[in-house]
Amino acid sequence: MGPSIYKNKKRIWVFLAPAFAFMVVYLYYPFIQNILNSFMHIKYMGTAGGEWNSPWYKNYLTLLSDPKMRIALKNTGITIAATIIGQVGIALVLSLLVSNIERGSGFFRTVFFFPIVVSATALGLLFNLVFLYDKGMVNQFLQFAGVLNREANQLIDWKSKYPMFTMLTPVIWQYVGFYFVILLTGLAGIPEDLYEAATIDGAGRWQRVRYISLPLLRGSISTCVILAVTGALKVFDLPWTMFVNGMSNTWLTGTYMYSKVYSDVDYASAIAVVIVVIGVILSAAVNRIFGKTEDFQ
Amino acid sequence: MKKKKIRFGMIVVYLILILWALTTIFPLCWSVMNSFKNKKVIYNNSFALPFGEAFSLENYRNIFANYNILSAYRNSFIISGSVAAVVILLAGMAAYILCRYEFRGKTLLNLLLYAGMMFPIYSTIIPVMRMQAKWGIVNSSSVGANLLSVILPQIAGNMSFAIIVLRGYIRTLPVELEESAFLEGCSMFQTYFRVVFPLCKPSMVTVGIFSFLWSYNDLFTQMFFLRTKENWAITILLNNIASKEGVNYGALFASVTLIVIPVLIVYMFLNRYIIQGMTVGAVKG
Repeated sequence: MGPSIYKNKKRIWVFLAPAFAFMVVYLYYPFIQNILNSFMHIKYMGTAGGEWNSPWYKNYLTLLSDPKMRIALKNTGITIAATIIGQVGIALVLSLLVSNIERGSGFFRTVFFFPIVVSATALGLLFNLVFLYDKGMVNQFLQFAGVLNREANQLIDWKSKYPMFTMLTPVIWQYVGFYFVILLTGLAGIPEDLYEAATIDGAGRWQRVRYISLPLLRGSISTCVILAVTGALKVFDLPWTMFVNGMSNTWLTGTYMYSKVYSDVDYASAIAVVIVVIGVILSAAVNRIFGKTEDFQ
Repeated sequence: MKKKKIRFGMIVVYLILILWALTTIFPLCWSVMNSFKNKKVIYNNSFALPFGEAFSLENYRNIFANYNILSAYRNSFIISGSVAAVVILLAGMAAYILCRYEFRGKTLLNLLLYAGMMFPIYSTIIPVMRMQAKWGIVNSSSVGANLLSVILPQIAGNMSFAIIVLRGYIRTLPVELEESAFLEGCSMFQTYFRVVFPLCKPSMVTVGIFSFLWSYNDLFTQMFFLRTKENWAITILLNNIASKEGVNYGALFASVTLIVIPVLIVYMFLNRYIIQGMTVGAVKG
Protein backbone atom coordinates (compact mmCIF):
# COMPACT_ATOMS: atom_id res chain seq x y z
CA MET A 1 0.00 0.00 0.00
CA GLY A 2 1.52 3.31 1.01
CA PRO A 3 0.26 6.70 -0.09
CA SER A 4 0.67 7.48 -3.75
CA ILE A 5 3.20 10.24 -3.10
CA TYR A 6 5.57 7.58 -1.76
CA LYS A 7 5.88 5.69 -5.04
CA ASN A 8 9.15 7.22 -6.15
CA LYS A 9 11.73 5.22 -4.21
CA LYS A 10 14.85 6.08 -6.13
CA ARG A 11 16.48 8.13 -3.46
CA ILE A 12 15.29 6.57 -0.22
CA TRP A 13 18.69 4.99 0.37
CA VAL A 14 20.16 8.47 0.88
CA PHE A 15 18.04 8.66 4.05
CA LEU A 16 18.54 5.07 5.14
CA ALA A 17 22.23 4.59 4.47
CA PRO A 18 23.83 6.82 7.13
CA ALA A 19 21.88 5.34 10.06
CA PHE A 20 22.37 1.76 8.97
CA ALA A 21 26.00 2.35 8.07
CA PHE A 22 26.63 3.28 11.70
CA MET A 23 24.99 0.11 12.87
CA VAL A 24 26.79 -2.10 10.37
CA VAL A 25 30.20 -0.67 11.20
CA TYR A 26 29.75 -0.42 14.98
CA LEU A 27 27.35 -3.23 15.85
CA TYR A 28 26.85 -6.04 13.35
CA TYR A 29 30.38 -6.25 12.01
CA PRO A 30 32.13 -6.08 15.42
CA PHE A 31 29.63 -8.56 16.83
CA ILE A 32 30.57 -11.17 14.23
CA GLN A 33 34.22 -10.26 14.48
CA ASN A 34 34.03 -10.82 18.23
CA ILE A 35 32.69 -14.34 17.79
CA LEU A 36 35.59 -15.12 15.44
CA ASN A 37 38.03 -13.49 17.86
CA SER A 38 36.98 -15.83 20.61
CA PHE A 39 38.45 -18.71 18.57
CA MET A 40 41.68 -16.92 17.70
CA HIS A 41 44.84 -15.93 19.44
CA ILE A 42 45.16 -12.19 20.02
CA LYS A 43 48.28 -10.88 21.59
CA TYR A 44 47.45 -7.26 22.38
CA MET A 45 44.31 -5.24 22.68
CA GLY A 46 43.81 -3.35 19.46
CA THR A 47 45.59 -5.80 17.19
CA ALA A 48 44.10 -8.32 14.79
CA GLY A 49 43.75 -12.00 15.56
CA GLY A 50 46.73 -14.03 14.34
CA GLU A 51 46.06 -17.72 13.99
CA TRP A 52 43.27 -19.94 15.21
CA ASN A 53 43.55 -21.35 18.69
CA SER A 54 44.29 -25.04 18.92
CA PRO A 55 41.92 -26.56 19.48
CA TRP A 56 39.82 -23.70 18.11
CA TYR A 57 37.42 -23.87 21.10
CA LYS A 58 40.28 -23.65 23.60
CA ASN A 59 38.91 -20.53 25.34
CA TYR A 60 35.61 -22.21 25.95
CA LEU A 61 37.35 -25.22 27.49
CA THR A 62 39.24 -22.88 29.81
CA LEU A 63 36.01 -21.13 30.73
CA LEU A 64 34.54 -24.41 31.93
CA SER A 65 37.26 -24.86 34.50
CA ASP A 66 37.87 -21.20 35.41
CA PRO A 67 36.97 -20.75 39.10
CA LYS A 68 36.51 -16.98 38.69
CA MET A 69 34.14 -17.54 35.78
CA ARG A 70 32.19 -19.92 37.98
CA ILE A 71 31.91 -17.22 40.65
CA ALA A 72 30.92 -14.68 38.01
CA LEU A 73 28.21 -16.96 36.62
CA LYS A 74 26.90 -17.74 40.09
CA ASN A 75 26.83 -14.06 41.05
CA THR A 76 25.18 -13.13 37.76
CA GLY A 77 22.55 -15.80 38.45
CA ILE A 78 21.97 -14.30 41.89
CA THR A 79 21.77 -10.83 40.34
CA ILE A 80 19.19 -11.99 37.80
CA ALA A 81 17.06 -13.64 40.47
CA ALA A 82 17.38 -10.63 42.76
CA THR A 83 16.43 -8.18 40.00
CA ILE A 84 13.39 -10.21 38.98
CA ILE A 85 12.14 -10.65 42.54
CA GLY A 86 13.36 -7.35 43.94
CA GLN A 87 12.92 -4.89 41.09
CA VAL A 88 9.82 -6.23 39.40
CA GLY A 89 8.30 -7.33 42.73
CA ILE A 90 8.74 -4.01 44.48
CA ALA A 91 7.69 -2.15 41.33
CA LEU A 92 4.53 -4.24 41.10
CA VAL A 93 3.58 -3.50 44.70
CA LEU A 94 4.30 0.21 44.30
CA SER A 95 2.39 0.49 41.03
CA LEU A 96 -0.67 -1.27 42.48
CA LEU A 97 -0.55 1.10 45.43
CA VAL A 98 -0.17 4.20 43.27
CA SER A 99 -3.00 3.14 40.95
CA ASN A 100 -5.26 3.16 44.02
CA ILE A 101 -4.53 6.66 45.22
CA GLU A 102 -6.22 9.82 44.01
CA ARG A 103 -3.62 12.46 44.65
CA GLY A 104 0.11 12.58 44.15
CA SER A 105 0.63 9.85 41.57
CA GLY A 106 2.52 12.26 39.31
CA PHE A 107 4.82 13.18 42.17
CA PHE A 108 5.63 9.56 43.00
CA ARG A 109 6.26 8.79 39.34
CA THR A 110 8.79 11.61 39.07
CA VAL A 111 10.51 10.80 42.36
CA PHE A 112 10.64 7.03 41.93
CA PHE A 113 12.11 7.37 38.45
CA PHE A 114 14.83 9.83 39.38
CA PRO A 115 17.67 7.39 40.34
CA ILE A 116 17.63 5.98 36.81
CA VAL A 117 18.90 9.18 35.24
CA VAL A 118 21.78 9.47 37.72
CA SER A 119 24.98 7.83 36.55
CA ALA A 120 25.63 4.45 38.11
CA THR A 121 29.20 5.62 38.77
CA ALA A 122 27.95 8.39 41.03
CA LEU A 123 25.56 6.01 42.73
CA GLY A 124 28.30 3.45 43.28
CA LEU A 125 30.39 6.09 44.95
CA LEU A 126 27.46 7.31 46.97
CA PHE A 127 26.61 3.80 48.17
CA ASN A 128 30.21 3.21 49.12
CA LEU A 129 29.63 6.05 51.55
CA VAL A 130 26.19 4.78 52.55
CA PHE A 131 27.66 1.40 53.50
CA LEU A 132 30.85 2.79 55.03
CA TYR A 133 32.08 0.94 58.10
CA ASP A 134 32.55 3.93 60.35
CA LYS A 135 30.19 6.89 59.80
CA GLY A 136 28.38 5.32 56.89
CA MET A 137 24.70 6.14 56.60
CA VAL A 138 23.40 2.66 57.37
CA ASN A 139 25.65 2.04 60.34
CA GLN A 140 24.90 5.47 61.74
CA PHE A 141 21.19 4.88 61.43
CA LEU A 142 21.53 1.59 63.23
CA GLN A 143 23.57 3.29 65.94
CA PHE A 144 20.95 5.98 66.43
CA ALA A 145 18.27 3.35 66.52
CA GLY A 146 20.25 1.61 69.25
CA VAL A 147 20.78 -1.60 67.27
CA LEU A 148 24.56 -1.28 67.07
CA ASN A 149 27.02 0.04 69.57
CA ARG A 150 30.21 1.57 68.23
CA GLU A 151 32.17 1.28 71.46
CA ALA A 152 31.35 -2.41 71.69
CA ASN A 153 32.76 -2.90 68.17
CA GLN A 154 29.42 -3.91 66.77
CA LEU A 155 29.59 -1.90 63.55
CA ILE A 156 29.01 -3.96 60.43
CA ASP A 157 31.63 -4.09 57.69
CA TRP A 158 29.07 -4.37 54.89
CA LYS A 159 31.45 -4.62 51.97
CA SER A 160 33.49 -7.53 53.20
CA LYS A 161 30.86 -9.31 55.26
CA TYR A 162 27.86 -9.02 52.95
CA PRO A 163 29.40 -8.09 49.59
CA MET A 164 26.60 -9.32 47.35
CA PHE A 165 23.93 -7.66 49.46
CA THR A 166 25.89 -4.40 49.47
CA MET A 167 26.36 -4.51 45.71
CA LEU A 168 22.85 -5.59 44.75
CA THR A 169 20.96 -3.16 46.98
CA PRO A 170 21.80 -0.09 44.86
CA VAL A 171 21.57 -2.07 41.61
CA ILE A 172 18.02 -3.11 42.45
CA TRP A 173 17.02 0.17 44.06
CA GLN A 174 18.11 2.23 41.05
CA TYR A 175 15.81 0.59 38.51
CA VAL A 176 12.64 -0.05 40.55
CA GLY A 177 11.17 3.21 39.23
CA PHE A 178 11.69 2.08 35.66
CA TYR A 179 9.55 -1.05 36.02
CA PHE A 180 7.16 0.92 38.18
CA VAL A 181 6.40 3.27 35.27
CA ILE A 182 5.96 0.41 32.78
CA LEU A 183 3.57 -1.42 35.12
CA LEU A 184 1.70 1.76 35.95
CA THR A 185 1.15 2.38 32.23
CA GLY A 186 -0.08 -1.21 31.91
CA LEU A 187 -2.49 -0.70 34.82
CA ALA A 188 -3.83 2.49 33.28
CA GLY A 189 -4.74 0.50 30.18
CA ILE A 190 -7.12 -1.78 32.07
CA PRO A 191 -10.69 -0.56 31.44
CA GLU A 192 -12.36 0.95 34.48
CA ASP A 193 -15.68 -0.85 33.91
CA LEU A 194 -14.06 -4.22 34.59
CA TYR A 195 -13.34 -3.08 38.13
CA GLU A 196 -16.80 -1.56 38.46
CA ALA A 197 -18.48 -4.76 37.32
CA ALA A 198 -16.39 -6.75 39.78
CA THR A 199 -17.26 -4.37 42.61
CA ILE A 200 -20.96 -4.77 41.85
CA ASP A 201 -20.48 -8.54 41.98
CA GLY A 202 -19.05 -8.05 45.46
CA ALA A 203 -15.33 -8.38 44.77
CA GLY A 204 -13.11 -6.75 47.41
CA ARG A 205 -9.97 -4.73 46.80
CA TRP A 206 -7.65 -7.71 46.96
CA GLN A 207 -9.89 -9.85 44.74
CA ARG A 208 -9.92 -7.14 42.09
CA VAL A 209 -6.12 -7.10 42.13
CA ARG A 210 -5.88 -10.88 42.09
CA TYR A 211 -8.46 -11.58 39.37
CA ILE A 212 -8.34 -8.48 37.19
CA SER A 213 -5.13 -6.46 37.55
CA LEU A 214 -2.61 -9.29 37.74
CA PRO A 215 -3.91 -11.42 34.84
CA LEU A 216 -4.30 -8.38 32.61
CA LEU A 217 -0.83 -7.15 33.51
CA ARG A 218 0.74 -10.38 32.28
CA GLY A 219 2.11 -8.76 29.14
CA SER A 220 3.66 -5.84 31.00
CA ILE A 221 5.10 -8.10 33.68
CA SER A 222 6.67 -10.33 31.05
CA THR A 223 8.22 -7.26 29.38
CA CYS A 224 9.60 -6.19 32.75
CA VAL A 225 11.07 -9.60 33.49
CA ILE A 226 12.83 -9.72 30.10
CA LEU A 227 14.21 -6.22 30.62
CA ALA A 228 15.31 -7.14 34.15
CA VAL A 229 17.13 -10.23 32.91
CA THR A 230 18.90 -8.50 30.03
CA GLY A 231 19.57 -5.51 32.28
CA ALA A 232 21.14 -7.71 34.92
CA LEU A 233 23.54 -9.10 32.33
CA LYS A 234 24.59 -5.58 31.34
CA VAL A 235 25.26 -4.25 34.85
CA PHE A 236 28.77 -2.88 34.98
CA ASP A 237 29.34 0.67 36.20
CA LEU A 238 27.94 0.28 39.68
CA PRO A 239 29.65 -3.00 40.67
CA TRP A 240 32.87 -1.75 39.12
CA THR A 241 32.81 1.48 41.10
CA MET A 242 31.96 -0.25 44.37
CA PHE A 243 34.06 -3.40 44.06
CA VAL A 244 36.95 -2.76 41.68
CA ASN A 245 38.45 -5.95 40.24
CA GLY A 246 35.88 -8.21 41.81
CA MET A 247 36.97 -7.40 45.34
CA SER A 248 35.48 -9.88 47.86
CA ASN A 249 34.64 -12.22 44.98
CA THR A 250 31.88 -10.06 43.59
CA TRP A 251 32.70 -10.87 39.96
CA LEU A 252 29.87 -10.58 37.50
CA THR A 253 30.21 -11.81 33.91
CA GLY A 254 30.50 -8.19 32.73
CA THR A 255 33.11 -7.04 35.23
CA TYR A 256 35.10 -10.25 34.82
CA MET A 257 35.11 -9.74 31.06
CA TYR A 258 36.52 -6.24 31.49
CA SER A 259 39.21 -7.44 33.89
CA LYS A 260 40.49 -9.78 31.16
CA VAL A 261 40.23 -7.36 28.28
CA TYR A 262 43.85 -6.21 28.35
CA SER A 263 45.59 -9.34 29.64
CA ASP A 264 43.83 -11.99 27.56
CA VAL A 265 41.91 -10.40 24.70
CA ASP A 266 40.53 -13.49 23.00
CA TYR A 267 39.47 -14.97 26.33
CA ALA A 268 37.52 -11.78 27.08
CA SER A 269 35.84 -12.14 23.66
CA ALA A 270 34.74 -15.63 24.62
CA ILE A 271 33.25 -14.33 27.88
CA ALA A 272 31.34 -11.73 25.86
CA VAL A 273 29.95 -14.46 23.62
CA VAL A 274 28.80 -16.36 26.72
CA ILE A 275 27.04 -13.21 27.97
CA VAL A 276 25.14 -12.91 24.68
CA VAL A 277 24.19 -16.59 24.65
CA ILE A 278 22.87 -16.46 28.23
CA GLY A 279 20.86 -13.34 27.37
CA VAL A 280 19.26 -14.93 24.31
CA ILE A 281 18.43 -18.19 26.14
CA LEU A 282 16.94 -16.45 29.15
CA SER A 283 14.83 -14.03 27.06
CA ALA A 284 13.45 -16.97 25.09
CA ALA A 285 12.73 -18.82 28.33
CA VAL A 286 10.85 -15.85 29.81
CA ASN A 287 8.80 -15.56 26.62
CA ARG A 288 8.01 -19.26 26.88
CA ILE A 289 6.99 -19.08 30.53
CA PHE A 290 4.70 -16.11 30.13
CA GLY A 291 3.34 -17.33 26.82
CA LYS A 292 3.13 -15.17 23.73
CA THR A 293 0.99 -12.36 25.05
CA GLU A 294 0.16 -9.47 22.78
CA ASP A 295 2.76 -6.77 22.81
CA PHE A 296 2.51 -4.05 25.38
CA GLN A 297 1.44 -0.82 23.65
CA MET B 1 -17.54 2.40 59.78
CA LYS B 2 -16.55 1.24 56.32
CA LYS B 3 -15.36 4.63 55.28
CA LYS B 4 -13.01 4.83 58.24
CA LYS B 5 -11.43 1.51 57.34
CA ILE B 6 -10.67 2.71 53.84
CA ARG B 7 -9.17 5.90 55.19
CA PHE B 8 -6.87 3.94 57.44
CA GLY B 9 -5.84 1.76 54.50
CA MET B 10 -5.07 4.89 52.50
CA ILE B 11 -2.79 6.19 55.21
CA VAL B 12 -0.80 2.96 55.11
CA VAL B 13 -0.61 3.15 51.31
CA TYR B 14 0.72 6.71 51.45
CA LEU B 15 3.17 5.79 54.20
CA ILE B 16 4.67 3.00 52.11
CA LEU B 17 4.91 5.23 49.03
CA ILE B 18 6.50 8.07 50.97
CA LEU B 19 8.97 5.67 52.53
CA TRP B 20 10.16 4.55 49.09
CA ALA B 21 10.24 8.15 47.89
CA LEU B 22 12.51 8.94 50.84
CA THR B 23 14.96 6.22 49.82
CA THR B 24 15.28 7.81 46.39
CA ILE B 25 15.61 11.37 47.66
CA PHE B 26 17.47 11.10 50.93
CA PRO B 27 20.83 9.60 49.85
CA LEU B 28 21.33 12.47 47.41
CA CYS B 29 20.37 15.13 49.93
CA TRP B 30 22.74 13.47 52.37
CA SER B 31 25.49 13.69 49.78
CA VAL B 32 24.85 17.36 48.94
CA MET B 33 24.67 18.19 52.65
CA ASN B 34 27.96 16.52 53.47
CA SER B 35 29.72 18.04 50.48
CA PHE B 36 29.47 21.40 52.32
CA LYS B 37 31.07 20.14 55.53
CA ASN B 38 34.71 19.56 56.27
CA LYS B 39 36.10 16.17 57.17
CA LYS B 40 35.86 16.66 60.90
CA VAL B 41 32.21 17.64 60.86
CA ILE B 42 31.31 14.77 58.55
CA TYR B 43 33.11 12.46 60.89
CA ASN B 44 31.30 13.73 63.98
CA ASN B 45 27.83 13.52 62.58
CA SER B 46 27.05 12.96 58.92
CA PHE B 47 23.40 13.84 59.47
CA ALA B 48 24.04 17.32 60.86
CA LEU B 49 22.98 20.19 58.62
CA PRO B 50 25.83 22.26 57.17
CA PHE B 51 24.91 25.56 58.79
CA GLY B 52 26.96 28.10 60.71
CA GLU B 53 30.24 26.72 61.94
CA ALA B 54 29.77 23.45 60.11
CA PHE B 55 29.51 25.07 56.68
CA SER B 56 32.63 24.85 54.53
CA LEU B 57 33.55 25.09 50.88
CA GLU B 58 36.83 23.31 51.48
CA ASN B 59 35.81 20.17 49.54
CA TYR B 60 34.89 22.10 46.44
CA ARG B 61 38.02 24.24 46.60
CA ASN B 62 39.98 21.06 46.90
CA ILE B 63 38.32 19.33 43.96
CA PHE B 64 38.55 22.32 41.66
CA ALA B 65 42.19 22.86 42.58
CA ASN B 66 43.28 19.26 42.01
CA TYR B 67 41.14 18.18 39.09
CA ASN B 68 40.20 19.81 35.86
CA ILE B 69 36.45 19.66 36.41
CA LEU B 70 35.63 22.29 33.81
CA SER B 71 37.52 20.55 31.05
CA ALA B 72 35.72 17.30 31.94
CA TYR B 73 32.36 19.04 31.78
CA ARG B 74 33.32 20.54 28.43
CA ASN B 75 34.37 17.14 27.05
CA SER B 76 31.20 15.55 28.36
CA PHE B 77 29.02 18.18 26.72
CA ILE B 78 30.87 17.90 23.41
CA ILE B 79 30.54 14.11 23.43
CA SER B 80 26.95 13.82 24.61
CA GLY B 81 25.74 16.83 22.63
CA SER B 82 27.18 15.47 19.38
CA VAL B 83 25.77 12.02 20.07
CA ALA B 84 22.29 13.43 20.66
CA ALA B 85 22.40 15.71 17.60
CA VAL B 86 23.65 13.08 15.15
CA VAL B 87 21.26 10.45 16.48
CA ILE B 88 18.29 12.80 16.06
CA LEU B 89 19.28 13.74 12.51
CA LEU B 90 20.11 10.29 11.13
CA ALA B 91 17.52 8.30 13.04
CA GLY B 92 14.77 10.70 12.03
CA MET B 93 15.61 10.33 8.32
CA ALA B 94 15.71 6.55 8.50
CA ALA B 95 12.52 6.40 10.59
CA TYR B 96 10.68 8.52 8.02
CA ILE B 97 11.55 6.16 5.18
CA LEU B 98 10.84 3.02 7.20
CA CYS B 99 7.47 4.40 8.19
CA ARG B 100 6.19 5.83 4.90
CA TYR B 101 7.74 3.80 2.09
CA GLU B 102 7.15 0.22 1.03
CA PHE B 103 10.24 -1.27 -0.58
CA ARG B 104 12.15 -4.49 -1.03
CA GLY B 105 14.36 -5.37 1.90
CA LYS B 106 12.24 -3.50 4.41
CA THR B 107 11.63 -6.66 6.44
CA LEU B 108 15.35 -7.25 6.63
CA LEU B 109 16.01 -3.70 7.78
CA ASN B 110 13.34 -4.03 10.47
CA LEU B 111 14.98 -7.22 11.64
CA LEU B 112 18.38 -5.52 11.79
CA LEU B 113 16.78 -2.68 13.69
CA TYR B 114 15.56 -4.92 16.51
CA ALA B 115 18.79 -6.91 16.48
CA GLY B 116 20.64 -3.63 16.99
CA MET B 117 19.14 -3.31 20.45
CA MET B 118 20.17 -6.79 21.53
CA PHE B 119 23.97 -6.60 21.39
CA PRO B 120 25.48 -5.89 24.78
CA ILE B 121 28.42 -3.50 24.56
CA TYR B 122 30.72 -6.28 25.78
CA SER B 123 30.23 -8.21 22.57
CA THR B 124 31.34 -5.40 20.28
CA ILE B 125 33.86 -3.33 22.21
CA ILE B 126 37.05 -5.30 21.44
CA PRO B 127 36.69 -5.25 17.63
CA VAL B 128 35.56 -1.61 17.80
CA MET B 129 38.70 -0.80 19.75
CA ARG B 130 40.86 -2.46 17.12
CA MET B 131 39.07 -0.78 14.25
CA GLN B 132 39.37 2.68 15.79
CA ALA B 133 42.99 2.07 16.74
CA LYS B 134 43.65 1.29 13.10
CA TRP B 135 42.01 4.55 12.09
CA GLY B 136 44.24 6.35 14.56
CA ILE B 137 41.50 7.99 16.61
CA VAL B 138 42.27 6.05 19.80
CA ASN B 139 45.17 7.22 21.99
CA SER B 140 45.64 10.06 19.60
CA SER B 141 47.47 13.23 20.54
CA SER B 142 44.45 15.27 19.53
CA VAL B 143 41.67 15.59 22.09
CA GLY B 144 39.11 15.91 19.31
CA ALA B 145 40.04 12.55 17.82
CA ASN B 146 39.79 10.85 21.20
CA LEU B 147 36.40 12.35 21.87
CA LEU B 148 35.33 11.19 18.41
CA SER B 149 36.31 7.64 19.35
CA VAL B 150 33.65 7.74 22.09
CA ILE B 151 31.07 9.63 20.05
CA LEU B 152 30.94 7.23 17.09
CA PRO B 153 30.21 3.97 18.99
CA GLN B 154 27.70 5.78 21.20
CA ILE B 155 25.82 7.08 18.14
CA ALA B 156 25.54 3.52 16.86
CA GLY B 157 24.45 2.28 20.27
CA ASN B 158 21.50 4.68 20.40
CA MET B 159 20.43 4.38 16.76
CA SER B 160 18.02 1.44 16.93
CA PHE B 161 16.19 2.78 19.93
CA ALA B 162 15.87 6.21 18.33
CA ILE B 163 14.60 4.93 14.99
CA ILE B 164 11.98 2.78 16.69
CA VAL B 165 10.68 5.63 18.85
CA LEU B 166 10.63 8.15 15.99
CA ARG B 167 9.02 5.73 13.57
CA GLY B 168 6.25 5.15 16.10
CA TYR B 169 5.72 8.89 16.32
CA ILE B 170 5.76 9.58 12.58
CA ARG B 171 3.11 6.89 12.17
CA THR B 172 0.70 9.02 14.22
CA LEU B 173 1.16 12.09 11.96
CA PRO B 174 -1.53 12.71 9.31
CA VAL B 175 -0.16 11.91 5.89
CA GLU B 176 -2.30 14.66 4.28
CA LEU B 177 0.22 17.34 5.20
CA GLU B 178 2.93 15.48 3.35
CA GLU B 179 0.60 14.98 0.40
CA SER B 180 -0.11 18.66 0.06
CA ALA B 181 3.61 19.40 0.30
CA PHE B 182 4.15 16.91 -2.51
CA LEU B 183 1.46 18.57 -4.64
CA GLU B 184 3.21 21.87 -4.16
CA GLY B 185 6.29 20.31 -5.66
CA CYS B 186 8.38 19.42 -2.61
CA SER B 187 11.00 16.74 -3.05
CA MET B 188 11.54 13.94 -0.52
CA PHE B 189 14.17 16.06 1.25
CA GLN B 190 11.98 19.13 1.42
CA THR B 191 8.95 17.15 2.58
CA TYR B 192 10.96 15.61 5.37
CA PHE B 193 12.88 18.64 6.56
CA ARG B 194 10.11 21.21 6.14
CA VAL B 195 7.01 19.20 7.09
CA VAL B 196 7.79 16.01 9.00
CA PHE B 197 10.85 17.05 10.99
CA PRO B 198 9.24 20.11 12.63
CA LEU B 199 6.16 18.06 13.56
CA CYS B 200 8.33 15.45 15.28
CA LYS B 201 9.74 17.88 17.82
CA PRO B 202 8.27 16.30 20.98
CA SER B 203 9.56 12.90 20.01
CA MET B 204 12.92 14.32 18.97
CA VAL B 205 13.27 15.93 22.39
CA THR B 206 12.65 12.56 24.03
CA VAL B 207 15.22 10.83 21.86
CA GLY B 208 17.74 13.63 22.27
CA ILE B 209 17.56 13.71 26.06
CA PHE B 210 17.71 9.96 26.31
CA SER B 211 20.78 9.73 24.07
CA PHE B 212 22.44 12.60 25.92
CA LEU B 213 21.96 11.11 29.37
CA TRP B 214 22.90 7.63 28.27
CA SER B 215 26.13 8.96 26.81
CA TYR B 216 26.86 11.26 29.78
CA ASN B 217 26.50 8.36 32.23
CA ASP B 218 28.24 5.64 30.23
CA LEU B 219 31.43 4.76 32.11
CA PHE B 220 32.28 1.60 30.17
CA THR B 221 32.94 3.23 26.79
CA GLN B 222 34.78 6.13 28.41
CA MET B 223 37.08 3.70 30.22
CA PHE B 224 38.14 2.23 26.90
CA PHE B 225 38.69 5.33 24.84
CA LEU B 226 39.48 8.23 27.17
CA ARG B 227 42.73 7.23 28.75
CA THR B 228 44.49 10.46 29.57
CA LYS B 229 43.61 13.37 31.83
CA GLU B 230 42.96 15.99 29.19
CA ASN B 231 40.51 13.65 27.45
CA TRP B 232 38.50 12.72 30.51
CA ALA B 233 34.78 13.27 30.48
CA ILE B 234 32.92 13.79 33.72
CA THR B 235 32.00 10.19 34.49
CA ILE B 236 35.49 8.80 34.13
CA LEU B 237 36.90 11.76 36.03
CA LEU B 238 34.60 10.88 38.90
CA ASN B 239 35.78 7.29 38.75
CA ASN B 240 39.36 8.47 38.99
CA ILE B 241 38.65 10.86 41.84
CA ALA B 242 37.07 7.94 43.66
CA SER B 243 40.15 5.78 43.38
CA LYS B 244 42.54 8.62 44.28
CA GLU B 245 40.73 10.28 47.16
CA GLY B 246 39.88 6.99 48.89
CA VAL B 247 39.09 8.08 52.42
CA ASN B 248 38.72 11.80 51.80
CA TYR B 249 34.96 11.54 52.13
CA GLY B 250 34.32 15.25 51.78
CA ALA B 251 35.91 15.26 48.32
CA LEU B 252 33.87 12.24 47.33
CA PHE B 253 30.63 13.85 48.46
CA ALA B 254 31.52 17.00 46.55
CA SER B 255 32.32 15.16 43.33
CA VAL B 256 29.13 13.08 43.48
CA THR B 257 27.21 16.32 43.91
CA LEU B 258 29.01 17.95 40.99
CA ILE B 259 28.24 15.12 38.59
CA VAL B 260 24.59 14.79 39.62
CA ILE B 261 23.59 18.46 39.70
CA PRO B 262 23.41 19.03 35.90
CA VAL B 263 21.36 15.87 35.54
CA LEU B 264 19.07 16.89 38.40
CA ILE B 265 18.43 20.28 36.80
CA VAL B 266 17.63 18.74 33.42
CA TYR B 267 15.39 16.18 35.12
CA MET B 268 13.42 18.78 37.04
CA PHE B 269 12.38 20.51 33.84
CA LEU B 270 12.08 17.63 31.42
CA ASN B 271 11.16 14.60 33.51
CA ARG B 272 8.02 13.97 31.48
CA TYR B 273 9.99 13.51 28.26
CA ILE B 274 12.69 11.50 29.96
CA ILE B 275 10.36 9.01 31.61
CA GLN B 276 8.39 8.60 28.41
CA GLY B 277 11.47 8.15 26.26
CA MET B 278 13.20 5.66 28.45
CA THR B 279 10.20 3.41 28.99
CA VAL B 280 8.72 3.54 25.50
CA GLY B 281 12.10 2.88 23.91
CA ALA B 282 12.84 -0.07 26.13
CA VAL B 283 9.39 -1.59 25.87
CA LYS B 284 9.18 -1.37 22.11
CA GLY B 285 12.56 -3.01 21.69
